[in-house]
Amino acid sequence: MSFREKLTWVSAAVWVLVIALYLRAVAAQLGTAPVADIAYQRPILIAMGTMIALTIAGSIVTAIVTAAGGAISALRSGRQPRRDIDREDERDARIGRRGDATSFHVTSVLLLGVLALVLVGAPYFWVANALFATLALSGLAAAAVKLVEYRRGL
Amino acid sequence: MARPTKVTNDIRTLRFAADEMTQAELADRVGMTRQSIVAIEKGAYSPSLEVAFKIARVFGVPLEAVFHYPEEVP
Repeated sequence: MSFREKLTWVSAAVWVLVIALYLRAVAAQLGTAPVADIAYQRPILIAMGTMIALTIAGSIVTAIVTAAGGAISALRSGRQPRRDIDREDERDARIGRRGDATSFHVTSVLLLGVLALVLVGAPYFWVANALFATLALSGLAAAAVKLVEYRRGL
Repeated sequence: MARPTKVTNDIRTLRFAADEMTQAELADRVGMTRQSIVAIEKGAYSPSLEVAFKIARVFGVPLEAVFHYPEEVP
Protein backbone atom coordinates (compact mmCIF):
# COMPACT_ATOMS: atom_id res chain seq x y z
CA MET A 1 0.00 0.00 0.00
CA SER A 2 1.48 3.34 -1.03
CA PHE A 3 1.98 6.11 1.51
CA ARG A 4 -0.74 8.24 -0.14
CA GLU A 5 -3.21 5.37 0.09
CA LYS A 6 -2.44 4.97 3.79
CA LEU A 7 -3.10 8.69 4.31
CA THR A 8 -6.42 8.31 2.49
CA TRP A 9 -7.40 5.50 4.88
CA VAL A 10 -6.48 7.79 7.78
CA SER A 11 -8.67 10.56 6.35
CA ALA A 12 -11.63 8.21 5.86
CA ALA A 13 -11.30 6.76 9.36
CA VAL A 14 -11.03 10.23 10.91
CA TRP A 15 -14.17 11.45 9.14
CA VAL A 16 -16.16 8.38 10.20
CA LEU A 17 -15.02 8.83 13.81
CA VAL A 18 -15.73 12.57 13.87
CA ILE A 19 -19.19 12.15 12.35
CA ALA A 20 -20.00 9.43 14.89
CA LEU A 21 -18.79 11.58 17.80
CA TYR A 22 -20.79 14.59 16.61
CA LEU A 23 -23.99 12.63 16.02
CA ARG A 24 -23.63 11.06 19.46
CA ALA A 25 -23.26 14.48 21.10
CA VAL A 26 -26.32 15.85 19.30
CA ALA A 27 -28.41 12.70 19.72
CA ALA A 28 -27.81 12.84 23.49
CA GLN A 29 -29.76 16.11 23.58
CA LEU A 30 -32.74 14.87 21.60
CA GLY A 31 -35.88 14.93 23.72
CA THR A 32 -34.43 17.42 26.17
CA ALA A 33 -35.16 20.44 23.98
CA PRO A 34 -36.75 21.29 20.62
CA VAL A 35 -34.43 20.19 17.81
CA ALA A 36 -33.72 23.74 16.67
CA ASP A 37 -32.65 24.66 20.22
CA ILE A 38 -30.10 21.87 20.60
CA ALA A 39 -26.68 23.21 21.64
CA TYR A 40 -24.72 22.26 18.52
CA GLN A 41 -22.02 24.94 18.69
CA ARG A 42 -19.64 23.23 21.13
CA PRO A 43 -19.99 19.74 19.59
CA ILE A 44 -19.45 21.09 16.07
CA LEU A 45 -16.33 23.03 17.11
CA ILE A 46 -14.99 19.99 18.96
CA ALA A 47 -15.73 17.82 15.92
CA MET A 48 -13.85 20.13 13.55
CA GLY A 49 -10.94 20.51 15.97
CA THR A 50 -10.79 16.75 16.46
CA MET A 51 -10.84 16.21 12.70
CA ILE A 52 -7.88 18.56 12.17
CA ALA A 53 -5.89 17.20 15.14
CA LEU A 54 -6.51 13.53 14.30
CA THR A 55 -5.66 14.06 10.63
CA ILE A 56 -2.32 15.64 11.57
CA ALA A 57 -1.59 13.03 14.25
CA GLY A 58 -2.66 10.19 11.97
CA SER A 59 -0.38 11.43 9.19
CA ILE A 60 2.58 11.65 11.58
CA VAL A 61 1.94 8.17 13.01
CA THR A 62 1.51 6.75 9.50
CA ALA A 63 4.84 8.27 8.43
CA ILE A 64 6.63 6.90 11.51
CA VAL A 65 5.12 3.41 11.15
CA THR A 66 5.88 3.34 7.41
CA ALA A 67 9.48 4.44 8.00
CA ALA A 68 9.93 1.88 10.79
CA GLY A 69 8.43 -0.87 8.63
CA GLY A 70 10.74 0.08 5.76
CA ALA A 71 13.79 0.08 8.03
CA ILE A 72 12.96 -3.37 9.45
CA SER A 73 12.32 -4.72 5.97
CA ALA A 74 15.65 -3.26 4.76
CA LEU A 75 17.52 -4.78 7.71
CA ARG A 76 16.07 -8.21 6.97
CA SER A 77 16.86 -8.06 3.27
CA GLY A 78 20.22 -6.33 3.65
CA ARG A 79 19.17 -3.46 1.39
CA GLN A 80 19.50 0.24 2.06
CA PRO A 81 16.34 1.67 3.68
CA ARG A 82 14.35 3.91 1.34
CA ARG A 83 14.58 7.62 2.03
CA ASP A 84 11.47 8.74 0.19
CA ILE A 85 8.79 6.75 1.99
CA ASP A 86 6.30 9.48 1.10
CA ARG A 87 6.98 9.21 -2.63
CA GLU A 88 4.04 10.41 -4.72
CA ASP A 89 3.95 9.50 -8.38
CA GLU A 90 1.73 10.41 -11.32
CA ARG A 91 -0.81 7.70 -10.43
CA ASP A 92 -1.18 9.07 -6.89
CA ALA A 93 -1.64 12.55 -8.33
CA ARG A 94 -4.27 11.32 -10.79
CA ILE A 95 -6.19 9.48 -8.09
CA GLY A 96 -5.92 12.55 -5.89
CA ARG A 97 -7.38 14.74 -8.63
CA ARG A 98 -10.32 12.37 -9.13
CA GLY A 99 -11.04 12.39 -5.40
CA ASP A 100 -10.81 16.16 -5.21
CA ALA A 101 -13.11 16.55 -8.24
CA THR A 102 -15.69 14.31 -6.57
CA SER A 103 -15.38 16.31 -3.37
CA PHE A 104 -15.96 19.51 -5.36
CA HIS A 105 -19.13 18.16 -7.00
CA VAL A 106 -20.55 16.87 -3.70
CA THR A 107 -19.79 20.20 -2.03
CA SER A 108 -21.41 22.16 -4.86
CA VAL A 109 -24.64 20.17 -4.74
CA LEU A 110 -24.93 20.16 -0.95
CA LEU A 111 -24.19 23.89 -0.72
CA LEU A 112 -27.34 24.46 -2.78
CA GLY A 113 -29.21 22.81 0.07
CA VAL A 114 -27.50 25.10 2.58
CA LEU A 115 -28.42 28.10 0.44
CA ALA A 116 -32.04 26.93 0.33
CA LEU A 117 -32.10 26.66 4.13
CA VAL A 118 -30.78 30.21 4.44
CA LEU A 119 -33.30 31.51 1.89
CA VAL A 120 -36.26 30.01 3.78
CA GLY A 121 -34.92 31.42 7.06
CA ALA A 122 -34.28 28.04 8.69
CA PRO A 123 -32.92 28.09 12.27
CA TYR A 124 -29.13 28.30 12.63
CA PHE A 125 -29.11 24.72 13.91
CA TRP A 126 -30.15 23.37 10.50
CA VAL A 127 -27.89 25.71 8.55
CA ALA A 128 -24.84 24.84 10.68
CA ASN A 129 -25.60 21.12 10.50
CA ALA A 130 -26.12 21.27 6.76
CA LEU A 131 -22.69 22.94 6.43
CA PHE A 132 -21.12 20.31 8.68
CA ALA A 133 -22.77 17.56 6.63
CA THR A 134 -21.43 19.19 3.45
CA LEU A 135 -17.88 19.17 4.79
CA ALA A 136 -18.13 15.65 6.18
CA LEU A 137 -19.78 14.09 3.13
CA SER A 138 -17.43 15.78 0.66
CA GLY A 139 -14.45 14.58 2.71
CA LEU A 140 -15.85 11.06 2.89
CA ALA A 141 -16.72 11.02 -0.82
CA ALA A 142 -13.18 12.10 -1.75
CA ALA A 143 -11.67 9.39 0.44
CA ALA A 144 -14.07 6.74 -0.89
CA VAL A 145 -13.34 7.55 -4.55
CA LYS A 146 -9.58 7.52 -3.92
CA LEU A 147 -9.72 4.19 -2.08
CA VAL A 148 -11.84 2.58 -4.81
CA GLU A 149 -9.40 3.83 -7.46
CA TYR A 150 -6.41 2.55 -5.48
CA ARG A 151 -8.07 -0.86 -5.07
CA ARG A 152 -9.16 -1.06 -8.72
CA GLY A 153 -5.62 -0.39 -9.78
CA LEU A 154 -5.95 2.98 -11.51
CA MET B 1 -11.49 -6.74 -11.99
CA ALA B 2 -12.29 -4.54 -14.99
CA ARG B 3 -9.34 -3.67 -17.23
CA PRO B 4 -9.66 0.05 -17.93
CA THR B 5 -6.97 0.01 -20.64
CA LYS B 6 -6.29 -1.99 -23.81
CA VAL B 7 -2.56 -1.42 -23.40
CA THR B 8 -0.70 -4.60 -22.53
CA ASN B 9 2.92 -4.95 -21.54
CA ASP B 10 5.81 -7.35 -21.08
CA ILE B 11 7.30 -5.72 -18.00
CA ARG B 12 7.12 -8.90 -15.95
CA THR B 13 9.03 -10.85 -18.59
CA LEU B 14 11.55 -8.05 -19.02
CA ARG B 15 12.13 -7.86 -15.26
CA PHE B 16 12.93 -11.54 -15.10
CA ALA B 17 15.21 -11.26 -18.09
CA ALA B 18 16.97 -8.36 -16.34
CA ASP B 19 18.41 -10.53 -13.59
CA GLU B 20 15.01 -10.86 -11.86
CA MET B 21 14.73 -7.18 -11.16
CA THR B 22 12.19 -6.54 -8.41
CA GLN B 23 9.16 -4.32 -8.82
CA ALA B 24 10.57 -2.11 -6.06
CA GLU B 25 13.85 -1.67 -7.93
CA LEU B 26 12.08 -0.80 -11.17
CA ALA B 27 9.88 1.63 -9.24
CA ASP B 28 12.95 3.34 -7.76
CA ARG B 29 14.60 3.64 -11.17
CA VAL B 30 11.62 5.30 -12.82
CA GLY B 31 10.48 7.34 -9.82
CA MET B 32 7.20 5.52 -9.25
CA THR B 33 5.79 3.65 -6.27
CA ARG B 34 5.94 -0.15 -6.26
CA GLN B 35 2.13 -0.19 -6.16
CA SER B 36 2.00 1.77 -9.41
CA ILE B 37 4.38 -0.69 -11.07
CA VAL B 38 2.09 -3.50 -9.90
CA ALA B 39 -0.90 -1.68 -11.42
CA ILE B 40 0.98 -1.10 -14.71
CA GLU B 41 2.07 -4.74 -14.91
CA LYS B 42 -1.51 -5.90 -14.38
CA GLY B 43 -2.71 -3.58 -17.13
CA ALA B 44 -4.90 -1.70 -14.65
CA TYR B 45 -3.08 1.57 -15.18
CA SER B 46 -1.55 3.09 -18.30
CA PRO B 47 1.47 5.21 -17.41
CA SER B 48 2.22 8.53 -19.03
CA LEU B 49 4.36 8.51 -22.15
CA GLU B 50 7.28 9.86 -20.11
CA VAL B 51 7.13 7.00 -17.59
CA ALA B 52 6.65 4.49 -20.41
CA PHE B 53 9.86 5.74 -22.04
CA LYS B 54 11.68 5.59 -18.71
CA ILE B 55 10.61 1.97 -18.21
CA ALA B 56 11.73 1.01 -21.72
CA ARG B 57 15.05 2.77 -21.14
CA VAL B 58 15.66 0.82 -17.91
CA PHE B 59 15.46 -2.40 -19.91
CA GLY B 60 17.37 -0.94 -22.85
CA VAL B 61 14.64 -1.75 -25.36
CA PRO B 62 12.34 0.34 -27.59
CA LEU B 63 8.95 1.40 -26.26
CA GLU B 64 7.05 -1.10 -28.40
CA ALA B 65 9.05 -3.97 -26.92
CA VAL B 66 7.48 -3.10 -23.57
CA PHE B 67 4.00 -1.81 -24.34
CA HIS B 68 1.54 -3.08 -26.95
CA TYR B 69 -1.75 -1.77 -28.26
CA PRO B 70 -4.11 -4.04 -30.25
CA GLU B 71 -4.62 -3.33 -33.93
CA GLU B 72 -7.96 -1.66 -34.73
CA VAL B 73 -10.27 -4.03 -36.62
CA PRO B 74 -12.15 -2.03 -39.30
